[in-house]
Formats: sequence, structure tokens, C-alpha cells
Amino acid sequence: MLHQVLFIVFGAICVAGAINLVAQRHPINSALSLVVVMGSLALIYLLLGAEFVAAVQVIVYAGAIMVLFVFVIMLLNAGAEERTQGSRIAVLIGGPGVAVLTGVIVWTVMRNSQQFGGVLIGSMVEQGQDNTHGIANLLFKDFLLPFEVTSVLILIAIMGAVVLAARKESV
Amino acid sequence: MDTQTFLIAAIIKIALVAFLLLTGVAYTTWLERKIIGRIQNRWGPTRVGPFGLLQPLADGIKFILKEDMVPDNVHKGLYILAPMLALSMALISIAVIPFGETITVNGTQTALQITGVPQPGQPHPGDINIGLLIILGVTSIGVYGIALAGWSSNSKYALLGSLRASAQMISYELALGLSLVGVLILAGSFSLRAIVDSQAGAWFWHIPRWYIFPQLIAFFVYLMAAYAETNRIPFDLPEAETELVAGYHTEYSAMKFAMFFMAEYLNMITVSCIATLLFFGGWHGPLFGPPLLQSLLPVFWFAAKIFVFMFVYIWIRGTLPRFRYDQLMAFGWKFLLPLAIANIIVTSFIVAVWGHS
Repeated sequence: MLHQVLFIVFGAICVAGAINLVAQRHPINSALSLVVVMGSLALIYLLLGAEFVAAVQVIVYAGAIMVLFVFVIMLLNAGAEERTQGSRIAVLIGGPGVAVLTGVIVWTVMRNSQQFGGVLIGSMVEQGQDNTHGIANLLFKDFLLPFEVTSVLILIAIMGAVVLAARKESV
Repeated sequence: MDTQTFLIAAIIKIALVAFLLLTGVAYTTWLERKIIGRIQNRWGPTRVGPFGLLQPLADGIKFILKEDMVPDNVHKGLYILAPMLALSMALISIAVIPFGETITVNGTQTALQITGVPQPGQPHPGDINIGLLIILGVTSIGVYGIALAGWSSNSKYALLGSLRASAQMISYELALGLSLVGVLILAGSFSLRAIVDSQAGAWFWHIPRWYIFPQLIAFFVYLMAAYAETNRIPFDLPEAETELVAGYHTEYSAMKFAMFFMAEYLNMITVSCIATLLFFGGWHGPLFGPPLLQSLLPVFWFAAKIFVFMFVYIWIRGTLPRFRYDQLMAFGWKFLLPLAIANIIVTSFIVAVWGHS
């Protein structure tokens, strides 16, 4: 019962933050709305019983990546965006388009919900098992090769970024 | 435990911890002024009460009674939000810190920790198994308080201070997190109670099994990174008064300034708590005397260890000069980070060869 109520509360906060992210005109406000979205997503993970994923979500996304976003916005001193007139088609099609798309997704999920094998909110919490060990075993035993390949991929991306951003030495 | 008892116990614990913590913060400022005074060969506060003991109270009244100013041209919402964010995040991280074993009052067992419900059959009663990660996450959110304070103030000193603060805290968070991994490998858990319990007992010749001995390098890295995270001397570049007036809180006054001030001292206490729990055996210490004393001694040892850390903080503030900014960044990235990684590699190699001790 409590889990359901909390899920609805944080789900609502999450959606509200996401809408606010798009609606705000100032980049700092948008970035902070994204932090709210990340935080409420972490709390939903916590409600599902995935406490390690929740903590990592807060530390990595809300704590590190979004701080960098805010840092860059502060450094560039970006001001509020100008409202452009925009195309008339976007105004006319946009709203109904979103509604139709959401409707299709909800309909598909509801229709096929039997085959997905549902997760009851809060059901994993009651088993009282430590899922940090579970994730560690999955990552470093069962999926060791994909995990290592992914980390090499990220390393390559970092090195590429460094090479692109590095100042050219004057010849 | 039924809901009513749980709620009553939780409210009592929260009230008690919050009261002790805020009193502790107030008297840390007194202690700091006294000790810095002694180091600089002067008296420090002496006028208000015996030994100036009522000085924090007078300061508090002054902060509350001052006019709550909001300067022109600030980004008002974020200007007000920033100190609240800094203080609330500093307070939240205390909630998961255990400061003793469980106690039983009137047949109700409760853990000496704000969060967590003791359940029968649990190895570490009343603990959450990602306690350490929660503290790291909450402190990383606390960076926003400082970053937004500087940006929303619309002042060049504040902006430069908060840019320095964000860059410094992001850089040193890495070294801080990695320095804790060595202890986590030895303890095999994120749960703060499990980490403390694995440090119980003694090695030969009555050396306590604290992780400070096998993880001396990690402790050194942690201490340096923690000083940088809390923006204290020798890493207090964000509020370097010779260059930036007061850094990110230049435009703040009255209670809003006090909130930043309290957040800084609360963060110092949190960092000292983590150091105590991870490296100095938490509440473990010699127990003696009648049963009542025996149940109170662990909390006393915990507080005593934190006091030592706070004293070292103040001592260093009275001793060391400030780094230059490029020195600070070079120290963090080129010295502390590789040292922390080397420590992890050596520790995990030893654990892999010999297994858990």
C-alpha cells in the first residue's frame, strides 16, 4: 500500500520535472529539473528494491553528470532562451502527436502485459537480499566480456574527446 | 515492532540526534575560535559567559535577528534555494550513520541510528545495506548548493568562488570515493554496521583490528580528499578571502549565511564520522564498569574519535597556508588519484591471493 502511494508520488514528480525541463526557458532551470527527474527515478528504483542501482543513479547521474552540466552552463554564462515563433506545423501536430504516441505505447503495454511477467512494486524489498552482490556476480562472472568491452569502448570515447579538445601545439 | 512504537522511537532518535548535532556544530565553532586563538597566541572569545562558552548562542541570536536581505539582480528562487539545499543535504547524510549497537528500552529493541528497523535474524540489526553509497550520493547532491549560490548571486566573486568549488569538489570526489574502495574490499560490504563489526577484536599484542593499519595509504588519501570536499584549509580556494572576498557566499547575510556555515561544519562532522566508521573501528573501544556505563561507552568512544578528527581539522587550519589553484588540481589528479588506484590494485591483489582475513 505504502509502496503504491510512494510510487505514484515520485512518478508524478518525475513526469512534472520532465515537463518542466522542456517548458523552462533558462538552461539552469532546465538542468535542475533534470536533476529532479534523476532523483525521483532513483527513488522509484529504490521502491522496486534495486537499492544499488538507485544509489549509483544518484551518484553518477544526479551527482556527477548533472553537476558538470550546471558547471558548463555557469561557465558559459548562458542566458535565457529567446522564444522563437516556430513553425505552425509543430504547434498543430505536436500536441496531438504526443497524445497519439503515448496512447499507442500505453495500449501496447496494456495489451501485452501478460507476456511481460510483471514486477510487483516493492516485492523485491521484502525478500531482504543484498543485490549489490548479485550485480557484482552478474557483471564480473556471467557478463564479464561484454562488461570489459563496454569499458574499453568508453575509454576510446574518452581518449577521442581528449584528442579533439586538446589544444594544437603551435608549430 | 508495531507502527506506533516505531514512530515514537524514530521521532525520539531524530530529535536527540538533531539536537546533539546542532549543538555540536555550534560548539565546534567555539572550539575552533578558541584553538585558533591559542595557536595565534591570543585568547579567542572570552566575554560571553565563562570561557566565552555562550558565544555560539550569542552568534545564533545575532544571525536570527539580522535583516534577511535579498540583493537586487539576484536569481531569487535559486538564491533562496541554494542555502537550504546545502544545509538539508548536510543534515540528511547524518541519518544513515550508526553511532552504536542496538539498545533495548522497555522490551523494544532499537538501533542507535536514525534510519533502519531492527528485524529478528538480521546479521547487522537495523542497517541499510548501501549506507556508505547513500552518504556519497547525498554529499554529491550538496555540491549544487554551493554551485547555485555562486551563480544566482550575480556577482563575479561569488561566481568565481562557486566555479572553483564545483571543479574542486568534482575532482576530489573521485579520489575520495576510490580511497574508500580498499576498506570496502577488506570488509566485503557497503553496510556501515558490517564494516564496523568487521573491525571488532584485536590482532596480536592488543592492536585493535582497525582498517587504518592495513589501509594507511587509503586513509591518507581519504583525509586529503575530505579536506578538499569540505572546502577547508589548505584547500579553501572557493572562499579564499584574499582573492574572492568570501567566495560563493559573498552576497549572503543573516540566517542564509548561517545555513552555509552550518552546512560546512556538518559536512566536517559527516566526513569525520565516515573516517571513524571506516578506519577507526566506529564505536569499538574498551568497555568496563557497570552495565549502564557499558551501554553508553560505545557512543562515547564514537564521539571521542570524531572529536579527535575535528581537532585535527582545526589544528591544520591554524598551521597550513593555502594551496595555489593549479597546485590544488595537480595534487588531486596527479598524486591522490593514482595513489588511490594503486592502493586498490595492491589491496585487491592481496585479498585475491590470501582471501579475506
